[in-house]
Amino acid sequence: MKKLYLHDDCIISPLGFTTSKNLENLRSGTTGLQKLNKNDFLDTPICAGIVNSEILTETFAEIGNPQDFTKLEQMMLLAVQGVLDKNPELDLDKTGLIISTTKGNVHLLDDLADFKKERLFLSNLGNIVKDFFGFKLKPIVVSNACISGGLALAVAKKMINAGKFSEAIVVGGDMLSKFVVSGFNSFQALSENDCKPFSKDRTGINLGEAAAAILVSDLPKKNSVNISLVGDASANDANHISGPSRTGEGLYKSIQNSLKEAQISSEAIKAISTHGTATLYNDEMEAIAISRSELGEIPLHSVKGYYGHTLGASALIEAILCKHMMLNREIYPSLNFTENGVSAKINVVTAYQKSINLDYVLKTASGFGGCNLAMIFKKEGENG
Amino acid sequence: MPIMTDLHTELKASIIEQLNLEDMEVSDIENDEPLFGDGLGLDSIDALELIVLLEKDYGIKLTDPKKGREIFESINKMADFIEANRTK
Amino acid sequence: MANLGVEHWVRIKNERIILDGEVIFSSEVDIARFLKASFKFLNIKYPKFHKMDRLSKLGFIASEIVLKNNNIDEETALVFSNNSSSLDSDQNYQESVKDFPSPSLFVYTLPNIVLGEISIRHQLKSENVFFIEDEFNANLLIDYSKQLIESKKANKVLCAWLNLHNDEYDVFLWLSSESHKKEASEEQIRKIYDADYD
Repeated sequence: MKKLYLHDDCIISPLGFTTSKNLENLRSGTTGLQKLNKNDFLDTPICAGIVNSEILTETFAEIGNPQDFTKLEQMMLLAVQGVLDKNPELDLDKTGLIISTTKGNVHLLDDLADFKKERLFLSNLGNIVKDFFGFKLKPIVVSNACISGGLALAVAKKMINAGKFSEAIVVGGDMLSKFVVSGFNSFQALSENDCKPFSKDRTGINLGEAAAAILVSDLPKKNSVNISLVGDASANDANHISGPSRTGEGLYKSIQNSLKEAQISSEAIKAISTHGTATLYNDEMEAIAISRSELGEIPLHSVKGYYGHTLGASALIEAILCKHMMLNREIYPSLNFTENGVSAKINVVTAYQKSINLDYVLKTASGFGGCNLAMIFKKEGENG
Repeated sequence: MPIMTDLHTELKASIIEQLNLEDMEVSDIENDEPLFGDGLGLDSIDALELIVLLEKDYGIKLTDPKKGREIFESINKMADFIEANRTK
Repeated sequence: MANLGVEHWVRIKNERIILDGEVIFSSEVDIARFLKASFKFLNIKYPKFHKMDRLSKLGFIASEIVLKNNNIDEETALVFSNNSSSLDSDQNYQESVKDFPSPSLFVYTLPNIVLGEISIRHQLKSENVFFIEDEFNANLLIDYSKQLIESKKANKVLCAWLNLHNDEYDVFLWLSSESHKKEASEEQIRKIYDADYD
């Protein structure tokens, strides 16, 4: 199996419209979450990661007509543009396009505005990105709940191995809507305050909106340190469609299988980027799976305290952050951690750490439908 | 014989309808039978749906899901709670 | 390269269920009654079926038929696709948002929930993916399945096109495995999908 090298990327989020702006805020521990007493989504206050529509529209106007595209489309197109700007020589005739989203433009169900009904279809979202930039290959759209963004990277790896293309742009995104916010609220899963992953006093998740794009390839960047996806595995809990497994079965199995593919043992892992949504059950399940994998001592974080849960974008953004942590030898702190609130032993990073050699990093994700995903990233080409 | 009020019957009927308990009838549910676990075998999503039912039909807003566990123990417990707290 | 053959396939369309080319059930009624009658035809006890949304019910019935009497284990992967995602359930949930948002409707507003339902029923602790396509695309499902089998992430793959839109359903499931017999090409799989079975 070929490796999948992670090249240039771009994150569009409340923390900024470039990856470097996002990283600045992660280093300084600045959150993108805001508490809104009055909001468009619920009658009650919410705390969420919201992309400023005015700034987005202004920024998007530089590459297209904002009126022709939904907020989600604008975010996704800007993310892809950010990657293409750094790769003007990329041959779009041969470059694959993989899209990840959970709900796409579902907000149009409530009010189509001036858009056509086709915009509700997720495959249409793929075609919008394809046509905007002039990609030639048919886009592949992945919609697999909250692991979608990471799974899209695993899909890219498989399609590259199948010889369909040797480079691809993977783009993930989801936006806030009354639909999604009221749904999580009906699950009594939302926290009115900043979420506290893995903490004893955690009360639930914050939702967020964001998009991210990354160029992936079967070839490394020349004369450079490279990060690649060397192991990935998904596994279903086969237990419940909304509640995480009590034993962490599916996630544990995903971690084990990804280690197997990476041909390393758990001791090689230097840091973990968790799903860490701050619901009671997710964090507990994840801690159990991590501890069962003998990774309880390994530094870990959740970035949900910065972004909230960005659904189909989250695992892709977090994979991109893994890449930058490894390249920059740093770990971003897990915001809002108070006191360990999970039954298994884990090692939550609460302060920004520098000068750490991260040669292997594990990324985990889980979602509705009982799905779980683990990915292992490797650093190579660095001397010493 | 326990007292069977209209509320008990009404509750059973709406539970069967709301939770899609196919092939079940009002007479199949006992007043003191556990709704979760071994009894009717309801699960966590059903519990959330029962919270919606309390608000929709009886104007009771339940914000602490843990409290639901006691209230939804049986039809009797639910009926007592509704009688004491209903606003419609 | 792994040679993938088709062990069994099922097609559900136009009020009929076809297994390996043979009509095994038909009932000319609307979708709600068709689903109910199909479930009865399966002759199993599974109360959870009635709680599922219609996309999951379709996937459940189709997988039940294809996996019946088949030797599968928990490493049988699920590689599914459709065009309308969970739009049918999205619309139902959206209706409830105006009044009281329903958690039991919301949970089905993701296309991959049916993968969870099938995994629970058959205890599959395997690789899952759900793709959204403009139309049935056998190539993607075959390519992805081959990669899963070659990298030993699965030993068999249940592939599917599982579409439901405006009460119209179009289901095609097949159990794919490394075959000692002939490989099933994209054209052959496409042909099964396109055939009329009159």
